[in-house]
Amino acid sequence: MSFTVELIISVLLVIGSVFVLIGSIGLLRLQDLYVRLHAPTKATTVGLGSILVASMIYMTFVQGFFSINELLITLFLVITAPVTAHILAKAAMHNKVKALERTKNMDLMRTAREQLPPEKNQDVK
Amino acid sequence: MLDIAIIFVAISLCIALVLNLWRLLVGPHIVDRILALDTMYINSIALILLHGMYNRTSLYFEAALLIAMLGFVSSVAFAKYLLRGDIIE
Amino acid sequence: MSMLARLVPMPLHSFMLLIVWLMINASLSVGHILLGTLLGIIIPLLCAPLKVPQPSIKKPLKVVSYVLLVIKDIIVANIEVAKLVLGPMNKINPGFIAVPLDLKDNFPITVLASTVTMTPGTVSAEVTKDKAWLYVHVLNMPLDEQELVDVIKQRYESRIKEIFAC
Repeated sequence: MSFTVELIISVLLVIGSVFVLIGSIGLLRLQDLYVRLHAPTKATTVGLGSILVASMIYMTFVQGFFSINELLITLFLVITAPVTAHILAKAAMHNKVKALERTKNMDLMRTAREQLPPEKNQDVK
Repeated sequence: MLDIAIIFVAISLCIALVLNLWRLLVGPHIVDRILALDTMYINSIALILLHGMYNRTSLYFEAALLIAMLGFVSSVAFAKYLLRGDIIE
Repeated sequence: MSMLARLVPMPLHSFMLLIVWLMINASLSVGHILLGTLLGIIIPLLCAPLKVPQPSIKKPLKVVSYVLLVIKDIIVANIEVAKLVLGPMNKINPGFIAVPLDLKDNFPITVLASTVTMTPGTVSAEVTKDKAWLYVHVLNMPLDEQELVDVIKQRYESRIKEIFAC
C-alpha cells in the first residue's frame, strides 16, 4: 500500500473519529433534550460515514477487489438516523419533557402534542 | 502510520462511548437514555469496523450490519412504547 | 404484458433487492445473480398485498441533483453543529417553528422531514393530523423566523415537489 493511500485513509479515520467525539461531547454538554437531539443525529452519522469510507478504501486495497458492502451500512444509517431523531422528539413532546427557559415559541409544543395545526395568534408570535 | 491512526481513533471512540455511558447513567429523562443508547450503538459499529481494519479482515462487516439494524429497531420500539404509554394513539 | 406485470408487481423494488443482495455478498457470480433475481421476484410477490399506493418519482434526474445538494448541506450542517457544541452554551438560542406544507402524500412528507432533520440546525418533531403543518425544532434561532421557513420551503420542498410532480 502506497504512502498516499495510507495518508488518505488516516485522514478520513481521524476526521470521522473527531466528529463522533463531537457528537458525544454534545450529548453530554448541551442543556436540554431537544437541543441534545441535534448533536448525535448529525455529527455521529457523518463521523461514522467517514470511518466507513476509510474502511471501504482500506478493504479495497487489502483484498485487491472493490469492496462495496460498507456502503450498505452508510445508506442504512443515513435513512434511519432521521427517523430515530423524529420519533424521539415526538416521544419527548408527548411525555411533556421541559424545554429550556429561553426556547422561542414554546407554546407551539402544546398544539404539536395534540397533532393540531398552530393557532392563529401563536403563528404571529 | 495507519496503525497509529487506528489506535488514536480507537481511543477517541472509547472516550466517546464513556461519555455516552455517562449520559445513559445520569440522563434526567428516559428519552435521554434512549438517545444515549442509540448513539452507543452507532459508536460500537465504528469500533467493530475499526477492529476489522486492524486485523485486515472483512469478517466483521455482517456483525456491524446486524448491530445497525437491531439498534434502529430497538430505539424505535422503545420510543413507540413511550408514545403508547401516554395519551396519543 | 399483464402476465409480466402480475409476476413483477414492483420492478424498482425487485431491482433494488437484487442490487442489495449482490452488495451483501460482494460478488458478481452467476449463482448470486440467479439467487438475487429469484429473491427479487418472490419477496415483492409476498409483500404486494401490504403495499400502500404512493406517488412515484417522475423525474429521476432531479433526484441526483437533490441528493448532491443534501450531501453538501449535511457537511455544512456538521461543521456548524460542531462549532456550536464546542462553543459557549449560553449562545445557543433554541426554538420551535411551524412550517406549512404544500405536499399532500406520506412519502414526499417523509422525505422532506428526513431532509430537514439531516440539514443545518433543524430537527423535524411532529406532523399534524391533517398533514398541513410540520413542527421543527431549531438549534440556533435566527432573528427572523420567516426567513428560515422560506429556506425550508424553497430549498427543499419545491425540489421535492418537482421530483414527484405533485
